[in-house]
Amino acid sequence: MNRRGWLYALPVLIFVGLAAGFYYGLQIDSNTLPSALIDQPAPRFDLPPLPGHEPGFSSADLAGHVSLVNTFASWCTPCRAEHPVLQALAATKRVPIYGINYKDKGDAALSWIGALGNPYTRIGADDGRVGIDWGVYGVPETFVVDRASRIRYKHVGPLTQADLDRTILPLVARLEK
Amino acid sequence: MIGADWKRCRAEKRSAFRRLSSFFLDPLVHARWGDWRNALRFSALRLLVSLAVLCGAGSAQAVRPDEMLTNPALEARARDISRDLRCLVCRNQSIDDSDADLAHDLRVLVRERIAAGESNEQVIGFVRARYGDFVLLRPPFAIGTALLWGGPLLVLLLGGVAIARFYRRRDEPPPLSPEERQRLSAMLGEETDPGSAR
Repeated sequence: MNRRGWLYALPVLIFVGLAAGFYYGLQIDSNTLPSALIDQPAPRFDLPPLPGHEPGFSSADLAGHVSLVNTFASWCTPCRAEHPVLQALAATKRVPIYGINYKDKGDAALSWIGALGNPYTRIGADDGRVGIDWGVYGVPETFVVDRASRIRYKHVGPLTQADLDRTILPLVARLEK
Repeated sequence: MIGADWKRCRAEKRSAFRRLSSFFLDPLVHARWGDWRNALRFSALRLLVSLAVLCGAGSAQAVRPDEMLTNPALEARARDISRDLRCLVCRNQSIDDSDADLAHDLRVLVRERIAAGESNEQVIGFVRARYGDFVLLRPPFAIGTALLWGGPLLVLLLGGVAIARFYRRRDEPPPLSPEERQRLSAMLGEETDPGSAR
C-alpha cells in the first residue's frame, strides 16, 4: 500500500503544526488587550487636583500639543518600577506627561510624589470613573495623545526606557511633525 | 502507599457519612418515647437549614447589597447585562461574578445607566465603546470571530464526512487486482467447465 505512505507522515505533520501553533501562541502577550479607543478622541473629563496640589487635570489641558497621559497609583508596584523612567523623561522636557492618579486614598499620591519625585505636568485624582472612560483595566497604562486630543497609542504595563526609545518617542516625533 | 491512602480516604468518607447522618437522625434516636413528634420536627428543621445553606453557597455572587437597585425589574436587567460583560481584570469571569474593583465600578456604572433610562443595548454599547469587543462574553459574529462561531459546525461537518467515507469504503470492497481477476475467472471456468482445467 504505497499510496497511503503519506498517512504515516500525518501524525508527524499534525504534531509539527500544533507545535508551531503553540509556539506562536506563547509569544502572544495575553495580558495586553487592544484598546478600543485608538484614533478615537480622548474622553472629556475634569479631574480634581490631589489634595492641596493645584491644579487638577481636565481634557482641555490636552488640546494643541502632543502629550503622554499616564495612569498611576501609589498602591501599584509596577508604577514604582516605571517611575524612574518617567522622571528621566520629564527631565528631558521632551513631552508633557499628565498623570491620572487612579483610585488612591487621601494623600497617598502626595507622599508618593513627595518621596519619588513628580514627573507630571498636571495630576488629576480619579475615583475610577475617568479611568473607565479611558478604557483603563489596570495601572499603569500610558496613552499617547495627539494635537487634536485623539488617543493614538496605548501602552499597558510599566514603561521601560526601551519602550520609550523604540515606540513612544518616535511616535511623538511623528505626531509633532 | 496509594492503597493505604485510598483506604484512609474511604474510612474518612464513611465516618463523614456517619457524622452527617447522625446530625440529622440523632434527634430522632435520642428522643424519649412520646417526644418523637418534636424530635421529627427538629430533625426536619436541621435538614431544611442545611439545604438552604447549601443552595446559598451554590449561587455565590459578587454583587453587594449596596450596589443593587431598589426596583427589582431594573435590578434583574442589570444582572442580565452584568452576566454578559467580561471583567477585564479576571478575564474569564463576568463582572457579575468578579470581586475585582473594576468589576464593582462597572456594575455600579451599568446600574446608573439603567436607572437613567437607557436600554440594555445602549448600556452594553457604552462599555463596549471603551473596552472593545473583548468585554463581551458573547463575542459578535464578524470576520475575526467566524472561526470561533463556525468552528464547532466545521468540526461536525468534517466528522460527518469522515464517517460517511468510512462506511462507504466498508460497503464497497476494493476493486480486484489483475491477478485476482485471473484467479477468479480461472475458478469460475473450473466451475462451469470442470473438464477444461485439466
